Amino acid sequence: MFETNYDVVIIGAGPAGLAAAIEAKKVGTQKVLIVERDHALGGILQQCIHPGFGLHIFNEELTGPEYAYRFIGQIKPLGIDVLLNTMVLDIHSDDKRLYAVNRERGVCNIGYKSLVLAMGCRERTRGAIAIPGTRPAGIFTAGTAQRYINMQGYMVGREFVILGSGDIGMIMARRLTLEGAKVKAVVEIMPYLTGLTRNKVQCLDDFDIPLFLKHTITDIKGKNRVEKVTVAQVDDNLCPIKGTEWDIDCDTLLLSVGLIPENELSKKAQVKLDPITLGPIVKQRMETSIKNIYACGNVLHVNDLADNVTVESQIAGMYAGLNALGKEFKPRKVTECIPGEYIRYIVPQKLEVTEDRQDISLYFRVKEPARNVTLEISSKGETIARARRQKINPGEMEKMKIKADAIDKLGDELIVSVAEVKS
Amino acid sequence: MQKTFTCLICPVGCEITVTATGDTIERIEGHECKRGIPYVTDEFLNPKRILTTTVKADGAQFPVVSVRSDKPLPKNKIFDCMEVLKKTRIKAPITMGQVVVEDILDTGVNIIVTRC
Ligand SMILES: Cc1cc2nc3c(=O)[nH]c(=O)nc-3n(C[C@H](O)[C@H](O)[C@H](O)COP(=O)(O)OP(=O)(O)OC[C@H]3O[C@@H](n4cnc5c(N)ncnc54)[C@H](O)[C@@H]3O)c2cc1C
Ligand code: SF4
Repeated sequence: MFETNYDVVIIGAGPAGLAAAIEAKKVGTQKVLIVERDHALGGILQQCIHPGFGLHIFNEELTGPEYAYRFIGQIKPLGIDVLLNTMVLDIHSDDKRLYAVNRERGVCNIGYKSLVLAMGCRERTRGAIAIPGTRPAGIFTAGTAQRYINMQGYMVGREFVILGSGDIGMIMARRLTLEGAKVKAVVEIMPYLTGLTRNKVQCLDDFDIPLFLKHTITDIKGKNRVEKVTVAQVDDNLCPIKGTEWDIDCDTLLLSVGLIPENELSKKAQVKLDPITLGPIVKQRMETSIKNIYACGNVLHVNDLADNVTVESQIAGMYAGLNALGKEFKPRKVTECIPGEYIRYIVPQKLEVTEDRQDISLYFRVKEPARNVTLEISSKGETIARARRQKINPGEMEKMKIKADAIDKLGDELIVSVAEVKS
Repeated sequence: MQKTFTCLICPVGCEITVTATGDTIERIEGHECKRGIPYVTDEFLNPKRILTTTVKADGAQFPVVSVRSDKPLPKNKIFDCMEVLKKTRIKAPITMGQVVVEDILDTGVNIIVTRC
């Protein structure tokens, strides 16, 4: 069996893995390796040919491949090794080795001092949400259709209905329309948009594509190929209302019903997962519950902006690098981050108070949309930070900072909550 | 005539209604701050968008390669530009930023490659 050893190994070459690798190398480690199952670097960004990337960190509006290239271009000059077409199969966290397989070398046994999990996420499929009806051809997840059209140049249908108002679905609605297809409806079960408003305006409104909130698809009809879908309104418990159904003729149904962090490997490494994010539980240095293993990007929680992924992954890479160089951060205290009222989850889930004082960013999602609110971080009944927001939305991730000099005020718990709602 | 736009300048996302006769704007309503006014005026009179799509590529890794407009294009020219790009073919080797169509439909905008 092919054996090799590295200081830092990164699994996945999306924006998360690339940024982590670059930072790990920059802190002075000798040997950094990225293992990627695809034949090229860039992860999901390779197929995201639309603009909307980089506004926050480059102050420019880039497409996905252009954004990825800003990082890919640094990999070789920095002397970072890459194994492409290589799938990681297993992680043995006890002896700090992982097992991967590729065509040239067969099974590879790779040792690490620090490991960064950056495997991204996968799309929920139809099975995961169980629509009744026949099983004809012509049902795709939005991301699969995106890869076919944007990379293989293969058009997947003519008349579409899209289930789910997530960003990928809306972006595909525009893409399909530009390619001459007809998108007849975007159907969303929730009473609000689950993607970004900008995408509704520029992908749906621009092309007069109707959006049906509080609606779902109750049936798929068709023998060999999809022929029509049945759409119905839902009540407050998200149950279809009898008598509101109507049929839409179409040959293709796209599902944009959410993403799930890809954590099969994390489970094999015995990394503890958060039941809400479905990603690893991490501390502010992006270290998981298992020593020497770090996580960042969509494997940790589903991000709507690649820019946020980059920032978070730079932290993971930097500390994975420092850890490989033997630097330890002895915790004096651990603070649990507790989601308060209206908050669904917080990443990182735990903070360690150590001699290393840095500002800490908390990323979180709210449960419901609201206007004119104050967000608050508090601990031991004392306010640590406050921020006003004119609008909050479950589809748009929130971020708040704890200043380095406030870290000493933290107790065993901190609570993030929506403190005031003015209508 | 009345038309409603969602302002994208800030996260509030005001629904702003423009009342106009032809190209003459008579009333703008629904904006919570003054930054909404130039935004809807542009959106009403001369909306522009970045166009991203693919063109056929011979001898490259994939049958198509992704491209974009290097500046925003008038919205009403987007489908005409798509017609031009459907007929466009380029040959490998392909480089990032390479111009595929210069000054597309006399708009002063170039179409460039976005991958390497
Ligand atoms: C369709 C779509 C549209 C988006 N639009 C925008 C936008 O407009 N603006 C914006 O800022 N953000 C956007 N995003 C979000 C952003 O692209 C993602 O948040 C970001 O790409 C996540 O990066 P990542 O590195 O965590 O994951 P990915 O990019 O998914 O990378 C993970 C990589 O890990 C590899 N991998 C997984 N398992 C293994 C294994 N076992 N062995 C080896 N390799 C493995 C995968 O092959 C993949 O290359 C969009 C996302 C999607 C899906
Ligand atoms: S009008 Fe002003 S407040 Fe309203 S969305 Fe535009 S910038 Fe924001």
